Amino acid sequence: MASTAQAAPAAAAPEIVAWGRVRPGRRIADRLLKVLCVAFTVLGVFVLGWILAMLLVRGVSALSPAIFLQPTPGPGSSGGGLANAMLGSLILTMLGIVVATPVGVMAGTYLAEYGRTSKLASVVRFINDVLLSAPSILIGLFVYTLLVPPLGGYSGWAGAVALAIIAVPVIVRTTEDMLRIVPNGLREAGAALGAPPSIVIRSITWRAARAGMVTGVILATARIAGETAPLLFTALNNQFWFSPTLMGGVSNLPVTIFQFALSPYENWQQLAWAGALIITAAILGLSIVARFVIKKDLAR
Amino acid sequence: MSVLVQEAMIADSIPSARRSPAAGADRLFRLASLASALLVLAVLLGIIGSMIVGGMPAFREAGFVNFVSGSTWDINNDVYGAWPAIAGTVVAAFLALIVGVPISLGIAIFLTQLAPRWIKGPVASAVELLAAVPSIIYGMWGLFVFAPLVANYVQVPLNSVVEGLPIVGTLFYSRVPSGTGIMTAGLILAIMIIPFVASITRDILDQIPSVLRESAYGIGCTTYEVVRHVLMPQAGVSIIGAVMLGLGRALGETMAVTFVVGNANRLTSLFDPGSTIASRIANEFNEALGLQLHALIALGCILFLVTFSVLVVARVLISRVKVH
Repeated sequence: MASTAQAAPAAAAPEIVAWGRVRPGRRIADRLLKVLCVAFTVLGVFVLGWILAMLLVRGVSALSPAIFLQPTPGPGSSGGGLANAMLGSLILTMLGIVVATPVGVMAGTYLAEYGRTSKLASVVRFINDVLLSAPSILIGLFVYTLLVPPLGGYSGWAGAVALAIIAVPVIVRTTEDMLRIVPNGLREAGAALGAPPSIVIRSITWRAARAGMVTGVILATARIAGETAPLLFTALNNQFWFSPTLMGGVSNLPVTIFQFALSPYENWQQLAWAGALIITAAILGLSIVARFVIKKDLAR
Repeated sequence: MSVLVQEAMIADSIPSARRSPAAGADRLFRLASLASALLVLAVLLGIIGSMIVGGMPAFREAGFVNFVSGSTWDINNDVYGAWPAIAGTVVAAFLALIVGVPISLGIAIFLTQLAPRWIKGPVASAVELLAAVPSIIYGMWGLFVFAPLVANYVQVPLNSVVEGLPIVGTLFYSRVPSGTGIMTAGLILAIMIIPFVASITRDILDQIPSVLRESAYGIGCTTYEVVRHVLMPQAGVSIIGAVMLGLGRALGETMAVTFVVGNANRLTSLFDPGSTIASRIANEFNEALGLQLHALIALGCILFLVTFSVLVVARVLISRVKVH
């Protein structure tokens, strides 16, 4: 470093010649920027690695067959698993996606095919973008006032609606983006055959954009599978197997992890780590699958 | 919609035009898509409405100004003031920006300007995976891994330095070096907003025509000068938008903050336990009755107003560049 700092133009070393007669101040600023950028990137990747390593170390040691077979244990009792929480999470996420997919796809279709540049479409697009990053706890509060007192208590249905509200903006956004890149020639060809707009949309544009739209739904699933805050006041949680009507608290993985991780019981904390590993693996898996689907489609 | 399809739609709305058998289904499909789009609007209006209606009793009881500026949160006597929670939210979010934004910009510059092709893909994927990790995982990492480090390596040494100093002492002295507090929450939030700010900034930098960059390099600029005098002036406004989007996220983040903020209703130093609006709601809502319930929804209303305005400004700033 000392030799480069002197910047003697006569020196023969190639790295000095490459810099020529650049003032030291400019050179230092440049070096500093590059070093900082690399350091920050390393830091970001390092934190991701650290979190994943922590999950693996603490989660794998807590994994056992009982986790998938037994319901959550009561306070102070030993053993137990996460079977009810996992099933509950699966049901809530599925219900949320089943509600959100038609609404999101239709709204995205409206924005891309019917509304386009109309005033209503741009308002909806803007509001959708805002909802995309709205705090999820507020959506929980909203669904609480909408559904919990009227239905007479916490229910899985309220939880599913809260998750659906979080999933819809994601699906709207990806559906619109994907429909937008379908070339207009395809639509015109369909119209030339006498197909009305709804047929053109359903059998031509949707089909052309299918992989992208599926990606949107997978990403939305990944987004809501780990959401905790909106479930706190809607589906709550349940220590036991929940009722098949989904009324009353429905056990779910994120809220169980939240409660167990902060509990004083050793076996509860172990279960929280196992649950954290399972849910993160599922969500990262879904995100990777989503990227794979879209890449395969673009390559075609 | 292309012109031909539009004409087909216009023809469809004239009664004398030839009707295809599917005309009814066609109209139904159109209405269904319109209804879904309107539903998105309805959700936003519903959130606003439920917050205002639910929070009204608390606002009316104390008066809006007193509710916002009051600092007692006494459940037994039904006296509610939101100031410690509001201040905690804002301070934690700004700490997140101070730490997170430079790192995000560094990552974005690295990915767009410096990285060789083979390293670009994996690093971009890693940053995006960081965004997919659920917030509760950040909370557990923060509480069980990060907070003890803060306690041992920051709070304890810092305490011995700043104890008794006038202003610095009040700001940085922690009475119980437990690792939880506003500062830890801010640092966790910083990590959580990095993927969002970094990936949006990367997209913005990618959109700048490379001719600009190349001509700057051509007249002998260093990378620093290209970034400072070419990229930043070009992308400045939308980078501010990306930063505000991160701010919106940081203000409303709940679970990770609830784990590490300490959940105390006071506002002392940066390293002492405090609370944010979201963590207060998450902690108390299920046991709340009567006026406390309304006070929590009123807190939600304030959070909504703040994040909504931040997000609106963010979206306006980001979209302004895409137009031209």
